[in-house]
Amino acid sequence: MPGAYPAMSVDATRTAARFHPSSAADFLPRPLLAQVQTGRLCETLERTFASVPAWREKMRAAGISSGAVRSLADLPKLPFTTKSDLRDAYPFGLFASPMEQIVRLHASSGTTGKPIVVAYTREDVHVWTSVMIRSFAMAGVHAGDVVQNAYGYGLFTGGLGAHYGAEGLGATVIPASGGNTERQILVMKDFGVTVICCTPSYFLHMIDRAAQLGVDLRELPVRIGIFGAEPWTEAMRRRIQNLAGIRAFDIYGLSEIIGPGVAMECECREGLHVFEDHFYPEVVDPGTGEPLPDGEEGELVLTTLTKRAMPVIRYRTRDITALIPEPCSCGRTLRRIRRIGRRSDDMLIVRGVNVFPSQVEAALLEVEHTLPHYQIVLTRAHGLDQMEVQVEVTPETFSDRVSAMEQLSGKIAEALERVLGLRVQVTLVEPNTIARSEGKARRVVDRRSAV
Amino acid sequence: MKLQQLSVFCENKPGRLLEPVRLLARAGVDLRALTLADTEKFGILRLIVRDWQEARQLLQSAGAVVKVTEVIAVEVPDRPGGLAEVLERLDGSGINIEYMYAFPYVRGERAVLVFRFDDTDGAIRCLTAGGIRVLERTELDGF
Repeated sequence: MPGAYPAMSVDATRTAARFHPSSAADFLPRPLLAQVQTGRLCETLERTFASVPAWREKMRAAGISSGAVRSLADLPKLPFTTKSDLRDAYPFGLFASPMEQIVRLHASSGTTGKPIVVAYTREDVHVWTSVMIRSFAMAGVHAGDVVQNAYGYGLFTGGLGAHYGAEGLGATVIPASGGNTERQILVMKDFGVTVICCTPSYFLHMIDRAAQLGVDLRELPVRIGIFGAEPWTEAMRRRIQNLAGIRAFDIYGLSEIIGPGVAMECECREGLHVFEDHFYPEVVDPGTGEPLPDGEEGELVLTTLTKRAMPVIRYRTRDITALIPEPCSCGRTLRRIRRIGRRSDDMLIVRGVNVFPSQVEAALLEVEHTLPHYQIVLTRAHGLDQMEVQVEVTPETFSDRVSAMEQLSGKIAEALERVLGLRVQVTLVEPNTIARSEGKARRVVDRRSAV
Repeated sequence: MKLQQLSVFCENKPGRLLEPVRLLARAGVDLRALTLADTEKFGILRLIVRDWQEARQLLQSAGAVVKVTEVIAVEVPDRPGGLAEVLERLDGSGINIEYMYAFPYVRGERAVLVFRFDDTDGAIRCLTAGGIRVLERTELDGF
């Protein structure tokens, strides 16, 4: 019957041609997905109970039998796994596979004490690669793209995770790793880069450096940025997109679960689709640990459904988000989480007041319209917490008039006081004086314990 | 008539002035005039140099925030009342001085005054009409 089906538009043809077979799992009907999840969950729980003594011990202490969970709805009966559980098991205490089956070890950055070691079997590396292929495909990356991977290669999972995914997709990968910004810009300019992967704060640094070198990123073929490993705001997204002429996507992951590729934004960019066939998400009240209904904000808890070497059950991520109840207009059936703006352990308590760095960002944005580099410095004087916000002066905010600069710091201080309900000291500092680590921006320096 | 003045943001800490000044010195940039406006927490270094584009490029590539502002320079006799004569020409014009600095012209008995007005063009008109000579940028090279 001619005309029964509308002819495919050029765009649709292109989408179809670029559809990657790995992405099929993004579109599973929900009942089928639930079946897959239930089967995988039960298998994971059995294996973990059988092969990880620490988990067996935890179940016994909580008085739960190994067969207590038969469905996804039973999952909240199980105890949580916390970061300190993983740290206590250092280095190999939570491995569920013998060493001869483990093909890779990574470790978390470990800001305090020992790092957390994570392990992968060959199957785990394969799963990781497949979720990263699906992540890249979601952002519209395809074979023929040139991907500059400026995530750090090494113990950090970002570099190799993105590398395997982009290569698996059939893109050309430049393993640039982090650092040496001038060379990054040279590579971006001369190698025909179309996709950049790094932390959003590092990309902002690249934008600044490119401008100093007289390179306009908007004139280059780069069109997609995949940014993760730290929370970033919509304002940062706008700044990045305007200054670099690209579409910026948020990717989420954590090495404790697998690395990058736990959740990813699609072209709608209204939340991140969780790869639920491998990672089961729950949102709980960070205080009580009680599960929260979809749509309510709380702490994200993840359970791995297919990890072999190191399954993790009900992991408290400390990331604050909500599960979005509505289906996404992209057609994917995978549920979405809201972008992560803060972590439950980001919260600072200053003179008894709860302070999140995201609130400081909101105040800075209100005054400056774009987010400058900043750092919160906490000290203690005369038994009282002192909070200082150091803000780098930018070409846009700098004036040759002293009064204009004093007005600027006054306005920032007022905006901060309004948002935080706390009087804080604002110090304008020279550009590039706040340390930027190659990975994550260090937003808070707490010297209160040293005093 | 107008001069390009470079302003550089400096934190009020030991050694912060040295960095930009040393950078320019190494590149052989000749400073014509310089002043530092300081507050408790930060300072603004204001410079007039022979090749301001080159100096700006140098400072920016070293990571400094640099602003180019148009200022004007006038020459007055280096004697009591020299400044007053200039300011009298502006009296009643409604033109405001944002800031100013002065330096003596050692070879003669003249002084140079550098002004940042809120209305540069208006100030030039007022001063010229009042018989005050506004210096061309090349004239400063003789100092």
